[in-house]
Amino acid sequence: MTSTIDEAAPVQRNANRVGWLADLGTALRSGAVFILLAALLFGFSAAEPAFANLGNLMSILQAVAVVAILGAGVTVTLAVGGFDLSIGAIAASSVMAASYAMIVWGLGAIATVPLVLAFGALIGLVNAFLIVRLKVPDLLATLSIMFLLSGLQLIPTAGRSISAGLILPDGTTATGAYDPAFLLIGRTSLAGIVPVSVVLMALVAIALFVLTERTRIGRLLFATGGNEVATRLAGASTARLKMLAYVISGTLASLGGIVIAARVGRGDVSSGGSLLMDAVAAALIGFAVLGKRRPNVLGTIVGAVFIGVLLNGLTMLNAPYYTQDFVKGAVLVGALALTYGTVRSPSP
Amino acid sequence: MPLLHVDALSRSFQSTRALVNTSLTIAAGKIVALMGANGAGKSTLVKILSGVLPADSGVITLNGRTYAPRSPAEAAAAGVVTVHQSTGLVGAAGLTVADTLLLTRFCQRGQPFFVSRSSVNRQAQAILDIAGFDLPLDRDFADLTAADRQLVAIARALANRADLLILDEPTASLSIAESQRLFDILKRLRDGGLAILYISHRTADLQAIADRVLVMRGGTVAGAFERPIDFDAAIETMIGRKLQSARPGIRAPEGPPVFEMRDARLLPGSLPFDLTVHTGEVVAITGVLGAGKSRLLSAIFGNGRLAAGEMYLDGRRHWPKTPAEAIAAGVAMAAEDRHRSSLMPADWPGSSLAATISLPHLSKWYPRGLLFGGRERREAEQAIDRLRIKASGPLAPITSLSGGNQQKVVLARWEAEPSRLLLLDEPFQGVDVGARHDIIQAIRSRSDRATLIATSDPEEAYEVADRILIIDHHSLAAAPGAARGGLSEEIHA
Repeated sequence: MTSTIDEAAPVQRNANRVGWLADLGTALRSGAVFILLAALLFGFSAAEPAFANLGNLMSILQAVAVVAILGAGVTVTLAVGGFDLSIGAIAASSVMAASYAMIVWGLGAIATVPLVLAFGALIGLVNAFLIVRLKVPDLLATLSIMFLLSGLQLIPTAGRSISAGLILPDGTTATGAYDPAFLLIGRTSLAGIVPVSVVLMALVAIALFVLTERTRIGRLLFATGGNEVATRLAGASTARLKMLAYVISGTLASLGGIVIAARVGRGDVSSGGSLLMDAVAAALIGFAVLGKRRPNVLGTIVGAVFIGVLLNGLTMLNAPYYTQDFVKGAVLVGALALTYGTVRSPSP
Repeated sequence: MPLLHVDALSRSFQSTRALVNTSLTIAAGKIVALMGANGAGKSTLVKILSGVLPADSGVITLNGRTYAPRSPAEAAAAGVVTVHQSTGLVGAAGLTVADTLLLTRFCQRGQPFFVSRSSVNRQAQAILDIAGFDLPLDRDFADLTAADRQLVAIARALANRADLLILDEPTASLSIAESQRLFDILKRLRDGGLAILYISHRTADLQAIADRVLVMRGGTVAGAFERPIDFDAAIETMIGRKLQSARPGIRAPEGPPVFEMRDARLLPGSLPFDLTVHTGEVVAITGVLGAGKSRLLSAIFGNGRLAAGEMYLDGRRHWPKTPAEAIAAGVAMAAEDRHRSSLMPADWPGSSLAATISLPHLSKWYPRGLLFGGRERREAEQAIDRLRIKASGPLAPITSLSGGNQQKVVLARWEAEPSRLLLLDEPFQGVDVGARHDIIQAIRSRSDRATLIATSDPEEAYEVADRILIIDHHSLAAAPGAARGGLSEEIHA
């Protein structure tokens, strides 16, 4: 009897020590992205004092605004257990649509913005129709829509980029021009400090954070992704919830397209090439933020900013541009390893 | 000398002590049943014996040698094999029974790269010869019944000379006839010298085959019972209190019927039947797996359709096209297999105890759409008190609860708002005797609604219901009284 007690005691202590270490490990994992972000900010500021000035920090946020907005949309589709591969193509088509509306149709900013947002929402509805009604798997449905859109945006202009004085396929010359009010979205800063696109990003982030984490609809969106059968048996319409998610995703993608168009001031056929990958990467890095292990809007925004800081700092330190994708990939691999690869204590 | 000797085995998970100085012996050629409420330490013991988990301390001796497997493969090599509850994972659609039997062998090195149908069938037949029963070798695994899958799993486990076979809830999804066949096979294996550790909640099973019963409670073996086994004493040891009859007086149906079905057919070819359920009545529908219990409840809940017939709820026509319509009409259903049908995965939003209860009621409890005000927390606290749910609080992750407590939470979900008709499909799946008792009391304490329960276990039906109906080939065949004698004649005839 004595021997068993003697044996049991150190085991208990061991278990406690292991438990304490595990707690510390969990805390480190949850904060890992923030700790790394702080380290990056500190390191880059030390190496290059110009990094830390307000203008540069704002330009970082401006650079990541579009990716963060699209990433928030990806997060919502991930929450319902889906995946939207068409967001990059929607954003690119929205750039073309905005340019076409203003340059060919001569519309102003007030008409163009809602029109383009409606276009994004419509594509979201088409995605949802394919996925919910026709039961096409989400990846395949949105992949085919991506393909379709990247071709569709070339047709109205016969493959030309859209800028003032565009010659249309029927030989006439377009008479419209970019509305200066529209360009404000991409080119001005509030109080000369905060770019409008950063404000848009913040608004989208707050709205979607509240929607996904603090509302009934958000709970049901996540419930759909967590256990669709259970959600339907609880009386919710999972079809409508999925549709909502794809419409949100499509609308946000077109908002991203509007920001790009307003920044560039023309409709380039090749715009938005890496948007999809960047937005998905931001959403996936977000899984590691605060140890959530699931899609979450806050994480997505932090993920986008993290990549933005890293790329901006490396550029300042004269890292060549062609290393950028490698860096993004490496960050993503690290974040996913942090999310999934950490040992979980088995449940009793 | 005993085959297996476990001495002072302990295992903790952080602050939870799952096994505390557990000691037991198992002799060759015996079927030893392991009973215990959820959380008593059964699974932890099985996981250690089968090499899934290491022990913190203690010694296991197998055949006189120290046994400390570090993986299931090591355990199997030493002669300890385990067949788990979910036999769907044993094989896959597209594989034949013969392929499935040889699956582990295909994974080994040193096997020929090319395989021919005839050599596969020959080797598979050899495996069946060792196990001593027959299976259709060319049948696709997906087409097998749950019972046959179980046998495939057992035959494969026994393919390499095993000394100890561990079976986890093997009859959970078997009909009575299928269980009987399994018991015959197990007895034959035992007579051949195999030791079997049999884990089950069902006393009927244990009565049929156990040579010895070990009862676990609080992480240790609380009692051992030899043949003839006093099951009442064993169950009292298991739940730690006196067993009182869960069954209050049977209530005669009174008042107008709440729910009626007329000339209903579940499938186009099945026989039509009528069904009437009254206010305050608990009706159980029992029948073998695949007899149509779930189909019947699903049709009432709008998650499927009747092939023909009419349904009436409170005299009004009831024809829900979706679960949402059924809920709006006053029907609630806790469907079979709570993990698939009711719970969110771990770490996902909505996986707390409170959120599990609130899921169907979000629009009623939070009409403004924002999740502020703590309504679901208050409702969860009430449910924890009322149903005696063991949890650290309303925000406890649902996965941290034991099976019985999870089931109580699912029941609490559908009791949180009043309903006219509550449908419960297999409400006692993986629920220990103590929690079952609480759930039955909770179900029977309500007189403001009707309750319709589907269960494949006639004992459970007897314990909970005022009236028992038997379903067979998708039709309610007969409606005998709930008297015990009548019941056993009906079921076991």
